[in-house]
Amino acid sequence: MATATATPTRHTAEPAVRKRPYDWGQFRTYISAAIILIWCLAPFYWMIVTAFRDVGYTFDNTPFFNHVSLDNFRTVFDESLGNHFGLNLVNSLFVAAVTTIVALVVGVFAAYALARLNFRFKFAVMGFILGASMFPGVALVTPLFQLFTNIGWMGTYQALIIPNISFVLPLTVYTLTSFFREMPWELEESARIDGCTQGQAFRKVILPLAAPATFTTAILAFIAAWNEFLIASQLSNDATRTVTVAIAYFAGAQAHQEPYTAVMAAGTIVTIPLVILVLVFQRKIVAGLTAGAVK
Amino acid sequence: MSTELQKPQTAVTAPSGHRMPGRESADRKQVTQGRWAYTLLTPTLVLLAVVIIYPVVNAIIMSFQKDSGLDPATGFFSEGGPAGVDNYTHWILQQCGGAACPPGTLGAQFWNSMATTFFFTIVTVALETVLGFWMAVIMARTFRGRSLIRAAVLVPWAIPTAVTAKLWFFIFAFEGIANKLFNTQILWTGSEWPAKWAIVISDVWKTTPFMALLILAGLQLIPDEVYEAAKVDGASAWQRFTQITLPLVKPALMVAILFRVLDALRMYDLPAIMTAGANNTSTLSILVVDQIRQGFNTAAALSTITFIVIFLVAFIFVRFLGANAVAAAGTGKAK
Amino acid sequence: MKSNKFLLPAAVAGVLAMTLSACGGGGGGSTATGGGDAAANLDGRGPITYVQGKDNSNVVRPLIEKWNAAHPNEKVTFKEQSDKADQQHDDLVQNLQAKNPNYDVMSVDLIWVAEFAAKGWLQPLKDKTAVPTTGMLESTVKSSTYNGTLYAVPQSSDGGILYYRKDLVQTPPKTWDEMMSMCSIAKQNNIGCYAGQYQKYEGLTVNVAEAINSFGGKIVDDSGKAVVKSDAAKTGLSKLVDAYKAGNIPTEAITFQEEQGRMAFEDGKLLFHRNWPYVYNLAKTDGSSKVKDTFAMAPLPGQSGPGASSLGGHNIAMSVYSKNKATVTDFIKFIASEETQRFYATQGSLAPVLSKLYDDQELVSKLPYLPVLKTSIQNAVPRPVTPFYPAVTKAIQDNGYAAIKGEKTVDAALNDMQSAMEAAGAK
Repeated sequence: MATATATPTRHTAEPAVRKRPYDWGQFRTYISAAIILIWCLAPFYWMIVTAFRDVGYTFDNTPFFNHVSLDNFRTVFDESLGNHFGLNLVNSLFVAAVTTIVALVVGVFAAYALARLNFRFKFAVMGFILGASMFPGVALVTPLFQLFTNIGWMGTYQALIIPNISFVLPLTVYTLTSFFREMPWELEESARIDGCTQGQAFRKVILPLAAPATFTTAILAFIAAWNEFLIASQLSNDATRTVTVAIAYFAGAQAHQEPYTAVMAAGTIVTIPLVILVLVFQRKIVAGLTAGAVK
Repeated sequence: MSTELQKPQTAVTAPSGHRMPGRESADRKQVTQGRWAYTLLTPTLVLLAVVIIYPVVNAIIMSFQKDSGLDPATGFFSEGGPAGVDNYTHWILQQCGGAACPPGTLGAQFWNSMATTFFFTIVTVALETVLGFWMAVIMARTFRGRSLIRAAVLVPWAIPTAVTAKLWFFIFAFEGIANKLFNTQILWTGSEWPAKWAIVISDVWKTTPFMALLILAGLQLIPDEVYEAAKVDGASAWQRFTQITLPLVKPALMVAILFRVLDALRMYDLPAIMTAGANNTSTLSILVVDQIRQGFNTAAALSTITFIVIFLVAFIFVRFLGANAVAAAGTGKAK
Repeated sequence: MKSNKFLLPAAVAGVLAMTLSACGGGGGGSTATGGGDAAANLDGRGPITYVQGKDNSNVVRPLIEKWNAAHPNEKVTFKEQSDKADQQHDDLVQNLQAKNPNYDVMSVDLIWVAEFAAKGWLQPLKDKTAVPTTGMLESTVKSSTYNGTLYAVPQSSDGGILYYRKDLVQTPPKTWDEMMSMCSIAKQNNIGCYAGQYQKYEGLTVNVAEAINSFGGKIVDDSGKAVVKSDAAKTGLSKLVDAYKAGNIPTEAITFQEEQGRMAFEDGKLLFHRNWPYVYNLAKTDGSSKVKDTFAMAPLPGQSGPGASSLGGHNIAMSVYSKNKATVTDFIKFIASEETQRFYATQGSLAPVLSKLYDDQELVSKLPYLPVLKTSIQNAVPRPVTPFYPAVTKAIQDNGYAAIKGEKTVDAALNDMQSAMEAAGAK
C-alpha cells in the first residue's frame, strides 16, 4: 500500500523543487514563510523588548527597543522584593532533572521490551502507557493534595517529582519505543551469536546504540517537566516553588504591585535556554516529537 | 506459548496495514521472552500504578464522602461522613443541599465550565489543524531558509505555557500592544467573547507548531512519484490535495488531533493565568482547583467526572474516528 | 532472573496495600476537622516559631532580634512565607491540618480568622492566654473575633483611600453623590471620573462590600447569617452599577485590579481613584507618574459623610498545637505593644491598629496619609466574618460582577448573592 511503498525513499523524500524561472509559486512560498516566521516569533520578540524596557514605560508600546534598562532583571533576582528566582530556577532544574532521569532509567527498559519483545497483553500495556500520558493532571491534584497534606509531604520535592513522572514517564516510553524500532537490531543478534547473553547484548551493544535516541527523549522529557505548571502551583511551597509558578505569581516591591516588565524579564530568562536548546537540537527534537505518530 | 505470538492487529491498525519485520520470527523461539519483557516493564508499570492508579482510586473513594460541615451548635467544623452520590449530583444535577445551586456558587458553574472546555477544545483544535496543515505544506516545500522556519516554529512550542499566558495577558492588556496595533479599545479580559478568543489565540499560537510538525512528518512519507503520477493523469492541485495528501496524511493527522484534543480538554494554565476563569472562561480543570479550597471530597467527585469525560472522548476517538495511536505505537506498523 | 515472575504480583499487592491503608486511616480523606486541645500547654515556655508572609520592608527581623535579646530562653524563629495571599493561606492550612507544633504563632489575613477558628486551629485568647485589645480600632478587633471569642489580635491594618486630582478638584467630595456630580469636570478634561477595582477577584469583593456598607447595608450579620437582601444594600450596589452604566466609572475599569487602576491614575486618566495607601509613594516617585504634584487624598465618600472602607490587614494568632503557649502569649503582647506598632509604621509603612498613633506628629510627617486613613479605618467594616469565606467571596464577586456589567438587575444579583451564601452554609 501507499505508505509501504514510501519506505525506500522515506529519508530523502522531499517534494522536488520544480525549477522554473520567475516562479510565482516560489514567491508565494516565501510570503507564506515570512508570515509563519512573524506569527511564531513576534510575540517572543515582544517579550524580549518588554523585558528590557524601563518599568515606568511599561505600556509605551513602541515596537522596537527603547527606554532600555536592565533593572527588570535585577528585580527578578531581588530577594529583598521577595523574589527568589534563583532558588526557583534551581528548583525547576532539580525537579525536571530528577523526573527526567527517573523516567529515562525506568522507561528505557520498558521501551526496549515494547519495541523488541513479543509478549502477552503487549497491546494492552502500550494502551495503558499511552492512556497514562493523556491523563488529566487535575485528576491527580485533588487526591495528591490531600494525601501529601496527610503525610506531611506537601511542598517537598518528591511531592512535585512523583506526579510529574505520571506524564513524563509515558512520554519517555512512547518516544523511546518508536526510536528503538528504528535501530539496527541485527547487531544485537550478532552479539548473541558471538556468545553474549540477552542481558549482555542489551548492555554492551544496544545501550550505546540507543544513546542518541535516549538523549533526544531526555530533552523532550526535560522540557515537559520544566514547563509543568498545574501540579507545581498546587503542591509546591515557598522553598520548592518552580519557575513557571514563580512567574505566574510575581512580586513587585509592594503588595498589590505587579511589574509586567519584570515578569517578561523572568519569562525571557526561563525561555532563552530552552530556545537555544531547541535550535541546537532542532532535528532531533522534531524527530522525537513526531516519532510514533507516523511510524 | 502461542499467546506470545504477536497477532496481526489488522482490526485496529491504519488502513495502510502493516507487515511483520522478518526478524521477529526468530524471536518467537524465545520462550522466556514474555517473562523477560515483564521484568523490563515492571518498574514502569509499578511506577505508573503508584502515581496514577493509586491517586485515582483514592479520589473515587473520597468522592463518596461528605466534606466537613459547620456544626451550628458549636461553631466548629465536624466530619462529613458518607455522602452517597451527593457529590456527583451536586455537579451534574446542580444540587446544593436539596435546592438548585444559585449563581455565584461553584456548583452552578459546572455545565458552563463543561461547555467552555469543549468550546476551547473544538475551536482551538480546529484552528490548529487548519493552520498546522498550512504551515506543514509550506515547510514541506524546498526553499532557502526552510530550516530557519522549522526552527522558528519550535520557539512557541518550547516556551512554558505559564510564560505564554503571561506574555499574551500583557499583549492583550487594555493599554497593550494588541489594542494599539489594531487601533481598538477592546477589553480583552473584561468580557466573555474577547476573553475566550484571547485564550484561543494564545493556545493556537502555542500549539500549532506541534500540530504542524506532526503533519509535516506525515507529508514527508508521501513519495513525490505519487504526485507526479497524478499530475500526469491531469489531477488539479485541489484534487491532488483531497485525493492524495489528505488520505495519506490522515493517520498522522488523526494521531495529532487526538493528542491535541485530550490536551485541550485538560486546559488549565492559559485561562487560569489570563483570566482566572472569569467571564465564563473557567475550564473543568480550573473548577476542580477552585473547589479544592472549598472541600476536597466535592473536588474529588469533579476530578473523577473530568477524568471520565476525557476518557470517553478518547474512547470515541479511537473507536470511531480511527485515531490509531495505540495501534501505531503498539504494533510497529510498517513505515 | 528466577524471581521475576513474582515481581509483578508483589508490586500489585504493594499498590493495593497502599490504597487500603489510606482508606482505613484517613476515613477516605476528610481530616479537615478536629482541633487540638485548647487547654494544653498553657504554661509552656520555650523557643517558638513565628510565621508570616513576605517581610516587605524588613520589619520582622529587627523585631525578632530585639525580642530574642530580651528572651534568651524563649527565642523566636521567623518562618517567612511567600508574598501571595493564596499561597500563605495554603501553607497555613497545610501545616495546621498536619497539626504542626512548630507553627506556634502566625500572621493571619483577617479574612481567614473565622475559617481557622471554626476549624479549631486557633487558641482562644482568654484566661491564661488573654491579650488586651484596649485602644485598638474597633473594626480591627471585630475582625479578630469569631462567635464572640477573640481568636487573634490585630497586628496591622489597611483601608481604602480616595485619591483625587487636586489641580482639578478644590475640595474632595464628602459623599458619593457629590463625587458623581463632579464627574462633569472629568468630562471637560476628557478623562475618566472614578475607578476602584472591578475585575472578578478579591478586590471586587472589597469594592462591592464598600458600596453596600457605605449605604448602611450588611452582607453577613454578627452571627454569620447572610443578610444582603436589604434596601440599604440595594441602594449601595445600585450606586456602583449606575455609575458604571453612566460611564462615570470608565468601561475599562471592569478589568482593573489595584495595579491597572494605579497606572491609569498615575497616567492622569482618572479624576478619582479608590486604592490602598501603597499608591501614595509610587504616584509620588514613579518616573512615568504624571500626577506627582497634582494629587491628594481623602476618605472614601459615603452616603452622607465618609464611606465605609473594607478593612484590610493582618491579625496575629496562636496555634492550638503550640507547645509553648505562655511564650506565644507574651510574644503577641509584644507585637501589639505601642512601641512595636510605632516601629511597624515608621519602618514598614504599615497602618497601625492603635488608634492614638494616627494623630502622632512624627508618624504623620512620615506617612502623610495617616489622618485620612484613620477616618477610613474608623469607618471600616471587616469583610464578612465567616468560616465559609472562599464561597462567600465568590458569591459576592460573581453576582456583583454581573450586576456592574448590567447582565443582572441589582435585585437579582442581591437575591443570588444571598442564596449562594446560604448554599455555602452562611445561614
